[in-house]
Amino acid sequence: MEYILMIIGAVLVNNIILVQFLGICPFLGVSSKVNTAAGMGVAVIFVMALATLVTSALQKYVLVPLNITFLQTIVFILVIASLVQMVEIMLKKLSPSLYKALGVYLPLITTNCAVLGIAIKVTEQPLIAAHGFSVIDSTIYAVAIAIGFTLAIVIFAGLREQMELVDVPKGMKGVPIALITAGILAMAFMGFQNLV
Amino acid sequence: MSKAKILTKGFFKENPSLILVLGMCPTLAVTTSVNNALGMGAATTFVLLMSNMIISALKNIIPDKVRIPCFIVIIATFVSMIDLIIQGFLPALSESLGVFIPLIVVNCIVLGRAEAFASKNTVFDSLLDGLGMGIGFTISLVLVAAVREILGAGSFMGMQFIPSHYNILLFVLAPGAFIVLGFVMAAVRQIVNKVEAKRKAKAVCAK
Repeated sequence: MEYILMIIGAVLVNNIILVQFLGICPFLGVSSKVNTAAGMGVAVIFVMALATLVTSALQKYVLVPLNITFLQTIVFILVIASLVQMVEIMLKKLSPSLYKALGVYLPLITTNCAVLGIAIKVTEQPLIAAHGFSVIDSTIYAVAIAIGFTLAIVIFAGLREQMELVDVPKGMKGVPIALITAGILAMAFMGFQNLV
Repeated sequence: MSKAKILTKGFFKENPSLILVLGMCPTLAVTTSVNNALGMGAATTFVLLMSNMIISALKNIIPDKVRIPCFIVIIATFVSMIDLIIQGFLPALSESLGVFIPLIVVNCIVLGRAEAFASKNTVFDSLLDGLGMGIGFTISLVLVAAVREILGAGSFMGMQFIPSHYNILLFVLAPGAFIVLGFVMAAVRQIVNKVEAKRKAKAVCAK
C-alpha cells in the first residue's frame, strides 16, 4: 500500500516536469512529435532507474560512512555522465535494434537535470518514513518519476502536434506558445493535488 | 568583437534563457519571488565567472577528447563551493532554492559557455563573457519573478503593497511559472527583434 501511494504521488501529484520543474530542456526540445517523445521517455526511464540505483547505493555505502557527503554533487554528476556513456557503448554492442531506437536520446540525457535532481532529492529525506533511506525505495521512486516524465512529455507532444496547424501571433511562435500550453497542462495536473 | 560587446551581448541580444532557451529549469522553479531570483542569479553568475576563467586558462592543457568530463568536474567544484557558502551564510536562501543550487552543474548555460566561448578565447574575454551571460540570466530571472511576485503575492522583494485579498495565487504556483515565462519571452523577443531591425535600417542608411 505504501508503495502504491508513493508511485501515484510520484507520477501524478509531484509530476517531475509540471510540478517540480526538472527536465524542462528535453520537455521543450524533443516534444514536437509523439513518437520521438515516447522514445525519449523510455530512454529516461531506463537511465533514471540505473542512475538512482547506483547513486543511492554510493550515498548509503560510501559517502555517508566516510563522512564525505559534501562531495555529493561532484560524485553524482561524474557517475551519471559515465553511466550514460557506458550504457550507450553496451547497447551498441549487445542490442543494436534497441540502440537504434534509443541511441540518439542517450547523450541528451547527461544534461537532463531530472536525473541528477532526483538522485539528489531521494537522499534528502526518507521516501517511506518507516524504512529510512533505502536503495530499493529510491529506485522504485525514480522509475515512477520517470513514468510521470514520459506521461507529461507524450501528452505535451500530442498537444504540440495539433498546434502546428494553428495561426499564432508572430512573437508568440515557437517556445513562448509552447510554454503557455505547458502552463495550461500544469493547471490540469493541479487537479491531482489532493489525491494522496 | 570589442570588449564592451562581449560583455553586453548576453544582456538582451543573446540572453541565455529568453532568446537562446537555455537553463529553463531554474528560470521556472526559483522565480516565485524576486529575492530568490537574485540569489539564484548571483550563484549562477559566480559559477559562470569562475568556470569560464579556469577553463580558458587551462584550454591548452585539457586534451580535446576528454574536454567535456574535465569541464564538468571544474564546474561541479565551483557549484559545491557556492552550495556550501550559501548553506553556511544564507540558510534561508538555501532552504528556498533547495535542490536547484547543486543543479547549476547541469545548467546548460554554464557548460554551453565553456564549450562555445571559454575553450576558444583568452582569460579576460572569457571573464567578460561569463559576467555578461550571468547578468543576462539574472535579468531574465528577475523579470519573470517580478511579474509572478506582484501578481501572485502582491509584493516586491518581500514588501507587500497589494492586500492579500486581491492576489492571484495561480501565479506563484506551477502553471503561473509557465504562463508568465511564455509571455515575458514573447515580449522580450518582439522588442529585441524590433530594435535589431531599426539598427539594421540605420546601418544601411549610413552607408
